[in-house]
Amino acid sequence: MANPSAVCNGHLHHHHHQKQNNLLKSGISKKNGITKGMTKNGVSNGTLYKKTFIEHFEQAPMYVAVFTFVGFAVGTIFGYLRDFMRAWGLEKRNIAAEREQQKDFVPLYQDFENFYTRNLYLRIRDNWNRPICSVPGPQFDLMERVTDDYNWTFRFTGRTIKNVINMGSYNYLGFAETDVNALKTVTIELEKYGTGVCSTRQEMGTLDKHVELEKLVAKFLGVEDAMVFGMGFATNSMNIPALVGKGCLILSDELNHTSLVLGARLSGATIRIFKHNNMQSLETLLRDAIVYGQPRTHRAWRKIVILVEGIYSMEGSIVRLPEIVSLKNKYKAYLYLDEAHSIGAVGATGRGVVEYFGMSPDDVDVLMGTFTKSFGAAGGYIAGRKDLVDFLRTHSHSAVYATSMCPTIAEQIIRAMKCLMGLDGTAQGLQRVRQLEKNTRYFRRKLHEMGFIIYGNDDSPVVPLLLYMPGKIAAFARRMLEKNIGVVVVGFPATPITESRARFCVSAAHTREMLDTVLNALDELGDFLHLKYSRYSKSSHPELYEESRLELED
Amino acid sequence: QEKEELIEEWQPEPLVPPVPKDHPALNYNIVSGPPTHIITVNGKECINFASFNFLGLLNNEKVKSAAQASLKKYGVGTCGPRGFYGTFDVHLELEERLAKFMRTEEAIIYSYGFATIASAIPAYSKRGDIVFVDEAACFAIQKGLQASRSNIKLFKHNDMADLERLLKEQETEDQKNPRKARVTRRFIVVEGLYMNTGDICPLPELIKLKYKYKVRIFLEESLSFGVLGEHGRGITEHFGINIDDIDLITANMENSLASIGGFCCGRSFIIDHQRLSGQGYCFSASLPPLLAAAAIEALNIMEDNPDIFQTLRAKCERIHKALQGISGLKVVGESFSPALHLQLEESCGSRENDVKLLKRVVDYCMNSGIALTQACYLEKEEKCLPPPSIRVVITVEQTEQELDKAASLLKEAAQSVLN
Repeated sequence: MANPSAVCNGHLHHHHHQKQNNLLKSGISKKNGITKGMTKNGVSNGTLYKKTFIEHFEQAPMYVAVFTFVGFAVGTIFGYLRDFMRAWGLEKRNIAAEREQQKDFVPLYQDFENFYTRNLYLRIRDNWNRPICSVPGPQFDLMERVTDDYNWTFRFTGRTIKNVINMGSYNYLGFAETDVNALKTVTIELEKYGTGVCSTRQEMGTLDKHVELEKLVAKFLGVEDAMVFGMGFATNSMNIPALVGKGCLILSDELNHTSLVLGARLSGATIRIFKHNNMQSLETLLRDAIVYGQPRTHRAWRKIVILVEGIYSMEGSIVRLPEIVSLKNKYKAYLYLDEAHSIGAVGATGRGVVEYFGMSPDDVDVLMGTFTKSFGAAGGYIAGRKDLVDFLRTHSHSAVYATSMCPTIAEQIIRAMKCLMGLDGTAQGLQRVRQLEKNTRYFRRKLHEMGFIIYGNDDSPVVPLLLYMPGKIAAFARRMLEKNIGVVVVGFPATPITESRARFCVSAAHTREMLDTVLNALDELGDFLHLKYSRYSKSSHPELYEESRLELED
Repeated sequence: QEKEELIEEWQPEPLVPPVPKDHPALNYNIVSGPPTHIITVNGKECINFASFNFLGLLNNEKVKSAAQASLKKYGVGTCGPRGFYGTFDVHLELEERLAKFMRTEEAIIYSYGFATIASAIPAYSKRGDIVFVDEAACFAIQKGLQASRSNIKLFKHNDMADLERLLKEQETEDQKNPRKARVTRRFIVVEGLYMNTGDICPLPELIKLKYKYKVRIFLEESLSFGVLGEHGRGITEHFGINIDDIDLITANMENSLASIGGFCCGRSFIIDHQRLSGQGYCFSASLPPLLAAAAIEALNIMEDNPDIFQTLRAKCERIHKALQGISGLKVVGESFSPALHLQLEESCGSRENDVKLLKRVVDYCMNSGIALTQACYLEKEEKCLPPPSIRVVITVEQTEQELDKAASLLKEAAQSVLN
């Protein structure tokens, strides 16, 4: 694997690359496992960025990669052994089986497809799908769940684990709350409207609440018009096919979310993937597309759409919006920005990456986002120019065939947005945004100082902490739960197989004490599990750090 | 240098084509207030014959108070997918209750009705598998099939002979290549009550075909859940079929249960797979708990009052009879189906003109206090586009006078507009 060779660079040329490693990107490209060394982004285009854009994607020392592979190999060998024993009846089969009457049908699942699920995922599956029984605020109550047969089945003891600190829910601005005053309008609307709509947007499902919400969303984002949908995932998968079709080209980022990939596939357009946040790769693809046209006929493409996300939820990186916009203007492509995680979470007043970079919302053709993360509700929106939204009202799959959003949920979004915009008369909205910013910076700085490897941009509230080895995934999650902290761990297939991680979502509702509790627990656990892989722990001298960045202009 | 020129010259199409200002969908009806039995459309109060509120649970006090209690306890959103602390005890309770109600082993909940079937099909059927699907299948099924990249074979609507012919053809294909046949999965996807035509599917014959040709059946029960059967369990109860014979039943909770979302139920062997591979389940936030609590309460009401299903069916029969014989319009749908279509007996030539004519009928009715709507389709995207029609929805809350009034109004409207 090319992995060791790139890591070798870090070892041999330790001092020279030390500064570079911290500041430039050296991501492990998922496609071919080869790291192309350091790309100098963001420094030469210094004029486009109004503030410093610092992202980290440090690589771990080589022994870590070796041990990770060894861990997976051991798991696989045991998996084959257990499968063998089960097939020969030496071990009990605990999973559900096919019906007797249907035993001669073609099997529904191939044995090999489920190998990973059966043997590796099953051993540690108590770390996912943990049920909670309270509001998903900064602290929540977990239902206690035990297993008598090594995770094949679970049993609830009936007890709840109270006041577990929540580092896993997407509650960036803390709007998931049950305060009676905050939810007053929502309660009134629930009484008035009930919980369902029972019709589609085009038939009898457009309520006055939807119209009010759409106007508010358009005002919040600073665009002409907006349209809301009942589910964030469905917003992507049903509207991308309406906007692009056969003969169009979609350039999508490597690490785009499943909903974007599904929408792109359903549209029938040709899809080309560019490396994550890599502007050279995008530019090359754009030039080739325009110059050579469609693959076999060489006719010109009808249109080119670039699909990117505001904040990537598994990496914590922020899209390089100014560069993409300049590329888009130069090559006359269209930009579709999915702000699922970034709306409300970044930007001086919470208006997303467009505001974070100081750009105008007219630069982006299609602004899409969801209300699940920062607004504590459900659903998605698409906003932009009026002719775009009118087109979607008539041609979107969701408007014609899918039920519209529940009015109570719409009210929750309205009150959250009004709070953010300051329309309810308090300064609470801005306070929340500032608190989130402070919490993010504090959390990330402390984790860097402790010596963990953290991915992503310094300003993103999504903080992935790298664990690498499969055994540590389970150990980390279980021990954090013992300390009354709920974390989210992710492994293959959501991340590359060698880069399992724990992902923290900082919230504006977290107090300094809660963050300190978590940080202390992480410190202890990091020492116990040997998770502090970083060789470049950021010292408490930020001035030196800034200086060395300028030295790089060679 | 040449490349620079090419780049300069290339002009893309505009992002969206311009939409004419008088496109019917741009002048949609705005409903003020809740879309219940008496609905205020564009400022005018009408009796609601257009929302799929079959059991009248949209305005039910018990359902609302259950939702209020849940709102106080859990807030509004769940802030996470099911895998990452988005599973609430209400979700688990709802899944248990649905499984018990439908008498299956397990059930799984999705947060959006459209996404339910559109995620369930690609979880089982992959590239190279074969799916036999009815022509009149709804759009969500079509999108699910497109996402699965399998071979699709359409058979004529409700025509079992056509389906058998296709199955026989497939069998002869299999004999040519037995190794491939042993790994190609086969599915039939049908709906209980079809949304596009109001017909019922002949389930007993399908079961016979299933065992004869070894195909699995996926049943979509959005319209028949809570409508057919003695206790509202859907088409399997209606025909008295063992529910384990159907591999997967999906339904959305947006019609009878007056909530939002959808569910799939079946044996654990089948349902458990979706927990890791259903895209709309794993990668999307879970259902807000207040909607789940409302659905549980609605299920309670359904279990406690099993006679509403009989009442609903009686009303459907009544209006079905009353609407026969309108000059110019024909009724399409079974007599016990609560969602009927009224189509033009003779088309005027182009679809656009048909749509305009039907719109005039609908406007006439709206002005006189009956809210109706046309069935909307995406004309370019549907595989087999149904003819334009007016959708009539019967709910348990409509009184007999209102049903009679609606029937006579439609007769009047047809007279004045079509003659």
